[in-house]
Amino acid sequence: MKQKNETLLEIHDLSISFRMYDHGLEQTNLQVISNLHLTVYPGEIVAVAGSSGSGKSLLASAILGILPDNATVRGHLHYKGQELTSGRQEQLRGTEIALVPQSVAFLDPLMKVGAQVDGHRKPRPADKRKRLFKRFGLPDKTEQLYPFQLSGGMERRVLVSAALITDAELVIADEPTPGMSLEQASEALRMFREMANEGKAVILITHDIDLAVGFADRVAVFYAGTTVETAPASDFKIGADALRHPYSKALWKALPQNGFQAIEGFQPYAGNLPEGCLFAPRCSRKTAQCMSNVPPVREIRGGEVRCYHGT
Amino acid sequence: MALEAKNIYFRYNQKQPWILENRTLKIDRGERLAVFAPSGYGKTTLAMLLAGYLKPIKGQILLDDKPLPGKGICPVQLIYQHPEKAINPRWRLKRVLEESGGVREDVMDAFGIERAWLDRFSRELSGGELQRFCVARALMSGADYLICDEISTMLDAITQAQIWNVVLKEAARRNMGIIAVTHNKYLAQRIATRTIDLSNT
Repeated sequence: MKQKNETLLEIHDLSISFRMYDHGLEQTNLQVISNLHLTVYPGEIVAVAGSSGSGKSLLASAILGILPDNATVRGHLHYKGQELTSGRQEQLRGTEIALVPQSVAFLDPLMKVGAQVDGHRKPRPADKRKRLFKRFGLPDKTEQLYPFQLSGGMERRVLVSAALITDAELVIADEPTPGMSLEQASEALRMFREMANEGKAVILITHDIDLAVGFADRVAVFYAGTTVETAPASDFKIGADALRHPYSKALWKALPQNGFQAIEGFQPYAGNLPEGCLFAPRCSRKTAQCMSNVPPVREIRGGEVRCYHGT
Repeated sequence: MALEAKNIYFRYNQKQPWILENRTLKIDRGERLAVFAPSGYGKTTLAMLLAGYLKPIKGQILLDDKPLPGKGICPVQLIYQHPEKAINPRWRLKRVLEESGGVREDVMDAFGIERAWLDRFSRELSGGELQRFCVARALMSGADYLICDEISTMLDAITQAQIWNVVLKEAARRNMGIIAVTHNKYLAQRIATRTIDLSNT
């Protein structure tokens, strides 16, 4: 095992809950992330895949400290061996830790995209921005356009440029590639790979597992607000048999090229989580133990899995 | 019975180059067409023209040889790439579904829409959850044609397969025509009866 001080980012037993009004003035706590683990070492790309609504974007917001006021975060968040406090988050975000947001609605609709990518930096990093736009195949005149004049894929490439211009140590890319063609998406991931090879790191939140495993070192699979498996990316290339958790296997088999088969049922809603393993209600291998106890994280074949029956 | 784009031209203003130039496209009911093209080739513009959200500068959009109806729920329904942009952020989601004209419990069940979500606002749900509302709303409206603009790129593979399986089943039952914009060739092979690539036609 690598020592703790070598990690760039270490997340341990993270949970996030939201305080919400229920009936009248009665408040309830809605736990959306529970017992989540994620470790990122310098020089690697960690892909985060998993169910829609499993808390992948919330994780990004938690690392950056940009959750709304009604959120409560518990657990350990360490960056470069030191605790990530809200003061430190404010200091680091946008400089050492950069975000590629999930929604293109994050672009300012009233500002030309060139100026948005430059940000408040003095002097304006126009040369670097031009180089980034060029690599992404964005024509020179793009910088003079407003977001509504760009296509979805072009907006994404602008968002990725805005993160890469920061020289951050850690980039959290929240679904950076939808709308891009395969060549453009590959180029974006190639640039992340180059970043990682320089000793920086990338958390790549994505649904495009097929594309991600070509560039990532490890894949963390999320389900209903927890990490169910962390596997070397190569296991996803081999196929369902190389994966450890039943959900990861089901996810692999649902890809259009691998069968397009959806398992029965839906991810449990945060206010209505099962008592034991979160995947148990949909799992074909569940036993009485799974229904009553949350399985611990186990190490199997160079990966981690949260399942009693993982092999 | 067909939806047709006849020699359409479109650009946003006269200083800009044409986004679509003399484009012709026809799809019959019961057909499923996958549209490929690199980013910025006018796929979304074409989708918006076909659903009547934009008017072509030249040329015509014809549904059964007539222009799209100007009143009522359009029989050609567009499902957007970004669900957060297609839902009124000040409405509770119940109202979003009611917009379709007839809420159908079976469609809600097929998409796994939790009844507790209906009282929430769009910002309280994830992108994947919102997209199910958008697809459900389009299906409930009784449309004859669906234009799906990368509707599943932000969804996990299991949800993607679930949603498409529901859409395909409903489309077969009602003999709907589907135009699906996608970058994923494997997905296109699964869902489409025919494909075109805008960059080489």
